[in-house]
Amino acid sequence: MSSILFNVVVQGILTGLVYGLMALGLSVIFGVVRVVNFAHGEFAVIAMYAAYLLFSALRLDPLIAMLPIALGFFGIGYALQRLLINPFIGRPAHEQFILLVGVAIIIVNGLLMIFGPDARPTNLSYAFDSFAIGPLFIDKVRTYAAIAALAVTGLLFAFFRYTHTGTAIRACADNLVGAAVVGLDVKRLYALTFGIGLACVGAAGTLMVTIADATPALGPAYTLLAFTIVIIGGLGSMAGALIGGILIGVSEACAGFLITPSMKSMFSFALLIAVLAFRPEGLLGKRT
Amino acid sequence: MTDKNHMTLSRRGLLAGTAAAATLISAPGIVRAQAKTLKIGVLLPRSGYLAQSGQACHRGATISTKVLAGYGHSVELVHVDTESSADIARTQAERLINEGAQCLVGPFDSAAALSIAQVCEQRQVPFVINIAAAPQITEQGYKYLVRNFPTGGQLVTNGLNLIKDLLAATKVAPKSAVFLHANDTFGSAQRKAMDAIFPKAQMPFQLAESIAYDPKAQDLSVEVTKIRALNPDLVLVVTRAADAIKLVRDMVRQRFEPKGIISPGSPGLYDEEFYQALGPFADFHTYNLPWANPKAQMTQALEAAFKPAHPSNRFAVDCFNVGFTFEALLIAADGFKRAGTANGPDLMKAIKETNLADHVMIGGPIKFDEKGQNNGIISAVVQNRGRTPTVVLPQASATMAPVMPMPPWQGRT
Repeated sequence: MSSILFNVVVQGILTGLVYGLMALGLSVIFGVVRVVNFAHGEFAVIAMYAAYLLFSALRLDPLIAMLPIALGFFGIGYALQRLLINPFIGRPAHEQFILLVGVAIIIVNGLLMIFGPDARPTNLSYAFDSFAIGPLFIDKVRTYAAIAALAVTGLLFAFFRYTHTGTAIRACADNLVGAAVVGLDVKRLYALTFGIGLACVGAAGTLMVTIADATPALGPAYTLLAFTIVIIGGLGSMAGALIGGILIGVSEACAGFLITPSMKSMFSFALLIAVLAFRPEGLLGKRT
Repeated sequence: MTDKNHMTLSRRGLLAGTAAAATLISAPGIVRAQAKTLKIGVLLPRSGYLAQSGQACHRGATISTKVLAGYGHSVELVHVDTESSADIARTQAERLINEGAQCLVGPFDSAAALSIAQVCEQRQVPFVINIAAAPQITEQGYKYLVRNFPTGGQLVTNGLNLIKDLLAATKVAPKSAVFLHANDTFGSAQRKAMDAIFPKAQMPFQLAESIAYDPKAQDLSVEVTKIRALNPDLVLVVTRAADAIKLVRDMVRQRFEPKGIISPGSPGLYDEEFYQALGPFADFHTYNLPWANPKAQMTQALEAAFKPAHPSNRFAVDCFNVGFTFEALLIAADGFKRAGTANGPDLMKAIKETNLADHVMIGGPIKFDEKGQNNGIISAVVQNRGRTPTVVLPQASATMAPVMPMPPWQGRT
């Protein structure tokens, strides 16, 4: 029994790492640009469809397709920020909310028109394989997706820590006026940040297609999931997003195993309520 | 003043007279049209999470007009997608009736059936259910509804009895089973039926646990891990096509190999997508369901029409959905022929008096009780063999012998 529970925890951690990568994009965008991307999950679903199309047409494994898709999403994010979102910076939060909810609705309905509501599976050759480690059976797809998510997260941390652009973006996040005074091009840095955030969600969506079948209905569910994770981890905290993802993954898996699978989502929200009640800034968020 | 009033009355009189004359002139035409062709609205989940089965039913509906014409019935079908949503089913039923549908058929979903039944009751339009098993559908006193499909209780009763036959035929003696079911309307109804019937059914194994799952879940890894922890000999399942794929995929990944995966009466294990997605892992799953009678002349006529119309689909795979959808349309057309009118109350009366000896599915004549339920539908044991549904019991209609325990996942090609 204990080995099976351990198996459940490991599966939860692996899924949680991919969730964490998806939430990371949301956290990065909010941490710097101070805009909450309410179309975040919908962008993840676009990435799932992109991965599905690349696999169907070119037999390109999503783990490889992740790179061009993330690059493409960076471009989309950069352009979106410059053309659509930038005029809304500094405007009331409800106007930003309406704008991005509108974008989300357009994405979901666009996907429905193009692909229809049916789930699109990516039938990978190793989809049925698993690693046997003692009594543990760990899915290959989940393991690969989690390793890729960790790699992308590591690259992102390194970018913000060790590059000039990353440092400049962090400067914008810490003190916007100071950053502008020293001559940083804030608008360009905002666009870069939005691009990086969407590249994260592009990579996460591509990895998700190895675990779940693509369908437009997943968009709002993923947005809600990403919000739950960043609120638990701390809005604006990159490490918090990753830890929040793992917590959600493990709590859902354990609740499903120990109580009842059909109610596992309820425990994510219970965790969210607990965090909001006892530590409203999130586990790793800064007190304001 | 008097003149004005008189003038007004004359104008009204003229209008009324014109309307009456128009009605009189057109009425025989309408009567003639009603006497010739029945306009049927066919509501099916052709998209969404029930799409695989809904599409199979739709394939049945599309060939039915021609086959029914061969038996002297004239019907006009209007096809509508319910998108696997009970709310959309309700609004589409309203729309169909507003656009002149004289009878509704469908909807391969208990929740949608309950929605449509309310509309049909209000509008006094007959509703013939092709597939939907929730018992409450025929327990709520609807007068404009008949169901040519077993209730959840009947499915489970027949299914459990056939499991006994299957175990006797294969000489397998399982000690325990786990019941895994979707937590939607159909799955919950099956759970209730299982809870009520299993203790009285004197099955030769224990039911270790019943586990509900969300059919829209991304994967069923936790559910499978939970089953693996209980280590049952049999897994009894009530699934849909998409989640049946997820279930088997996670069982293979976790290398969990029960002696058998058996559905006591649900879809999911016999859809084309199931075979395509799982390949060799789709074989040896068993389902106890009503099935098309290959020896019936009407089944053969249906199969002959199916092949050229849907060359990329197999009748052997689709025959459950195709058969029940065709039979629902047959019931409506036959009732219309006997009633001689599409007037709702008269047509419904005729449909309730149905007595069809010649039909497609295995079982006695199609007849309805006072609640609109056909109680004469029986089940067969069907097993996936070579990625094809194959009747393995009862022996009289079996084309292969049942296999149990099922072969291990490893080494399947």
